[in-house]
Amino acid sequence: MRPHTISVLVENRPGVLSRVAGLFTRRGFNIESLAVGTCEEPGMSRITAVVIADDEIIEQVKKQLNKLINVIKVSDITYTEHVAREIALIKVAAEPGSSRAEVMQLADNFRARIIDVGTRTVILEVTGDTGKIDALEKLLHQYGIKELVRTGKIAMPRGSKTISSKK
Amino acid sequence: MKTGAKILVESLLHEGVNTIFGYPGGTVLPIYDELYDSPLRHILVRHEQAAIHAADGYARASGRVGVCLATSGPGACNLVTGIATAYMDSVPVVAITGQVPTTLLGNDAFQESDITGITLPITKHSYLLNNVRDVGKTVHEAFYIAGTGRMGPVLIDVPKDVQTDVVNEPEAVPEKVSIRGYQPTVRGHPKQIEKAVGMISGAERPLIYAGGGVIASGGDAELIRLAEALMIPVTTTLMGLGAIPSHHPLNLGMLGMHGTQSANYAVTECDLLIAIGARFDDRVTGKLESFAPNAQIIHIDIDPAEIGKNKAVDLPIVGDVGHVLREINKKLTKKTVQGLWNGRIAEWKQQSGEKKVLDTSILTPQYVVRTLSDILDGAGIIVTEVGQNQMWAAQHFSFTRPRQWISSGGLGTMGYGFPAAIGASIACPDEAVIDIAGDGSFQMNIQELATVVQYNIPVKVMILNNQYLGMVRQWQELFYDRRYSYTEMPSVDFVGIAKAYGVPGMCVTDPADVGDAIQTSLAHDGPYILDFRIEREENVMPMVPAGAAINEMILGENR
Repeated sequence: MRPHTISVLVENRPGVLSRVAGLFTRRGFNIESLAVGTCEEPGMSRITAVVIADDEIIEQVKKQLNKLINVIKVSDITYTEHVAREIALIKVAAEPGSSRAEVMQLADNFRARIIDVGTRTVILEVTGDTGKIDALEKLLHQYGIKELVRTGKIAMPRGSKTISSKK
Repeated sequence: MKTGAKILVESLLHEGVNTIFGYPGGTVLPIYDELYDSPLRHILVRHEQAAIHAADGYARASGRVGVCLATSGPGACNLVTGIATAYMDSVPVVAITGQVPTTLLGNDAFQESDITGITLPITKHSYLLNNVRDVGKTVHEAFYIAGTGRMGPVLIDVPKDVQTDVVNEPEAVPEKVSIRGYQPTVRGHPKQIEKAVGMISGAERPLIYAGGGVIASGGDAELIRLAEALMIPVTTTLMGLGAIPSHHPLNLGMLGMHGTQSANYAVTECDLLIAIGARFDDRVTGKLESFAPNAQIIHIDIDPAEIGKNKAVDLPIVGDVGHVLREINKKLTKKTVQGLWNGRIAEWKQQSGEKKVLDTSILTPQYVVRTLSDILDGAGIIVTEVGQNQMWAAQHFSFTRPRQWISSGGLGTMGYGFPAAIGASIACPDEAVIDIAGDGSFQMNIQELATVVQYNIPVKVMILNNQYLGMVRQWQELFYDRRYSYTEMPSVDFVGIAKAYGVPGMCVTDPADVGDAIQTSLAHDGPYILDFRIEREENVMPMVPAGAAINEMILGENR
């Protein structure tokens, strides 16, 4: 069992997301992350799902996804060289004084941006792969994370290879 | 200017639909008002579940898309079991449901339910119409999706305001449907077919395992051609019954949990298993590791998702079974008869006494089915309920052609048979249609006696009445130390009930009367019920316990 990154090109119609998500849940496993948005083709969306499962189960899920009428293409890019990113917004307790300075220093080290400064909190925006965000999150815990939102992973193969429906 | 309801009814006629099964209600009133003057024949059932089962039976008997109509909320929810039944057996059905007006959608309005959401995992596809302009195009697409590729149920949910909205120029319905994300592969890959020919020609102990896909694709003649060319024995699934005549010398009968000894031994010993339009269901395979343990496997199926789902295969061929078999048959040249292999199978058949004469001193269900089979002599359509009745019918009726056998395989839906028989009888009015029933299952949709009377639908119901939920009782006998927990159903006067609805009937207790009773029911011009009071603790044998290997059968004794 390992995390698989599945990219699904779908028609942008009502109910498509629940059909896709339903195929995962029906087989009893959790979607680690799910990101949906429009893509290079008009009227289409790309769903990126990260799911932990065996290769054989993923193969079956891919086939089942392909059966959905509104699904145009399914690619498992786990074993393809790819770049992957997600964004997190993290609201951290940062009292004026030393702890605030430390938080800002940490943000700088992780190339995170401070996008809001309150009297007792700051909001960090950080972009990166899952591991980087996990690491920052861990470090920020000592200061007190008030709120955290992550987008879910989006991914794209490196080089000229694409996962679009066009050959 | 046309209303959505008018366009909907016209679209159905355009698809060649002549009969729909339905039940009216508040949110489908505009459609029912259109039906009032329409040439479309509407059969009023007494429960929506019967509407979808009837549409399903119609589809299975005729090979055409069955259609049913129900109102929103409870009406739509009552279709759920039937939709799931059609989904599991890949039956082309279009279910149309009313919905509350779009302005009320999501408000928990009276008789609102999110039926597209509820049926998401059990439909091939579904639509929630929200614009009157889309009605014609959507109906056309729905029929295309239901009736092509791996067939299945499609649901169209139509809000009431979409039915009443008018449109000046409805969108033109394209002759040819083109859906980007739906392109079923019909032709098998030539290289794979080439390889299959090689594997089949080289096999010493080949076996064909044929499923419902053979019947759905109309590939039965090619199947028989393939079997006969090389003398390859054939075993069929429950859904595949009729793909090859029961009496064909190469037919080993059904395999799996209640399969024949020869079929199950042949699977275990074959060196090449040719799976055709079958999906390695657990009721067929038993313990997966012991299923065809020494065989290479060729799997032909139109649905790529079925290949490798349960059992790894050596050679997949994605395509329509009929097409693929035709290509294989064209290329096959080897004419050698596998004498030794078939000799071995003949021995198994002989040893197990698969054709042995039954005891007729008591009233057994097997005898009832065989007598019916003898009387019909190859004619008729057999529909069944679910349970022991279904297995006795599968084991003891002699089928001569595809679509002669209609039964809920994948979902095992009790209450399916009677309404499905109604659908089959309407699809094939010249055929005798018999619902082989259990007393438990029949009571699940017994209210349809009113429907068969209203339209004089000549369905014959033959109840194999043991006053038990027989199959569950059998499992309790074998695996729960005869603790018959809530499976006994005290005697019901079925003849009296039928009479109250206006259906004649007869109760049979003596084996000597079986033939005459069946003749009487068949000769009657209209519906008829026969209540056979059979041996109460008769079992379906052989039986493979759940989870065991299929050659590990409990043989038992037919009484």
